[in-house]
Amino acid sequence: MKFSIVVQAAPYSCQSAETAYRFAKTLLDKGHDLHRVFFYGDGVHTGSALASPPQDEPNIPANWQALAADHDLDLVVCIAAAVRRGVLDDKEAGRYSKSGSNLADGFELSGLGQLADAIAQSDRVVTFGA
Amino acid sequence: MSDKKKVLIINRRAPYGRSNARDSLDVALTCGVFEMPISLLFADDGIFQLLGGHQAKEIGQKNLSANLAALPMYDIDQLFVCESSLNTHGLASDQLDHNPTVVDQKAIQQLIQSHDVVLTF
Amino acid sequence: MALHTLNQPPGNAQCLERCLNALADGDALLLIEDGVLATLPAHASRFDAIAANVTLFALQADLDARGLNDLKGTRFTVVDDGGFVELACEQDKVVSWY
Repeated sequence: MKFSIVVQAAPYSCQSAETAYRFAKTLLDKGHDLHRVFFYGDGVHTGSALASPPQDEPNIPANWQALAADHDLDLVVCIAAAVRRGVLDDKEAGRYSKSGSNLADGFELSGLGQLADAIAQSDRVVTFGA
Repeated sequence: MSDKKKVLIINRRAPYGRSNARDSLDVALTCGVFEMPISLLFADDGIFQLLGGHQAKEIGQKNLSANLAALPMYDIDQLFVCESSLNTHGLASDQLDHNPTVVDQKAIQQLIQSHDVVLTF
Repeated sequence: MALHTLNQPPGNAQCLERCLNALADGDALLLIEDGVLATLPAHASRFDAIAANVTLFALQADLDARGLNDLKGTRFTVVDDGGFVELACEQDKVVSWY
């Protein structure tokens, strides 16, 4: 079955962010497809390469990156929500004259059209909210 | 887009205090661009999104009503409001803008059943 | 038919009520995160009122995390993360209450 996941929860603030990752990993382990993960609202912080949790705590952005690398996942961070909150790729950092970018490898910034497409393409859309 | 999924968006958060209301409307308008059939249900504190007379400039935000007013341009005219939420907050549907249809518990269940995808904000 | 997930504690009465009122015949409810706190006996009457053909579940990891390990005498069935995915497949959509 083809799933897409919408993550609206900020990592470390809301358990939902962790639950979303466990749900994604489990469905992939069971042989289902994950068409797209769409990070929206405060969920965009998941795409920050600068997250530096203590070593004995899960690194949620890194966990997503590893999962994406294993399964060739499409991790889309809503560009409008991300740029507001200071999650920038090189292109946006240039556009806004910022000193650096921080979007983690494996994630991409894109628009809400990617969510509409995920809805159209997936058998199930599961929201993890905050 | 090959498959026109019917999408129900449930709005349960008051406007302005959090970004949910605006995030939700942005999704609705985007799905509208792709000509996906969209219905909006306002429940709990979300019903306050439909109250008129917003002047959000002083709190550094844009009025939500401008986005709501844009819905018909995207052929989004299926707006519903939860009856028990109206009662909770002492509001009547004629106090709300955008002419939502009042729905009871059973009708809300039917709304969920009759759509392919349900998003909550 | 829908799988409903609820991640709010019973103290968020508005969310709990809206979720429970949305349950239709054949639906499933899965309590996750703080939602599993509603499995405590004090809240059982809320769930007794739900139609018998609505199935009720609570997520193992969240029960364990909160020291809740005795659901005997309740209508809840414990599922693990795999069970969460299976429920999402069995039902034709997922509605998240949060």
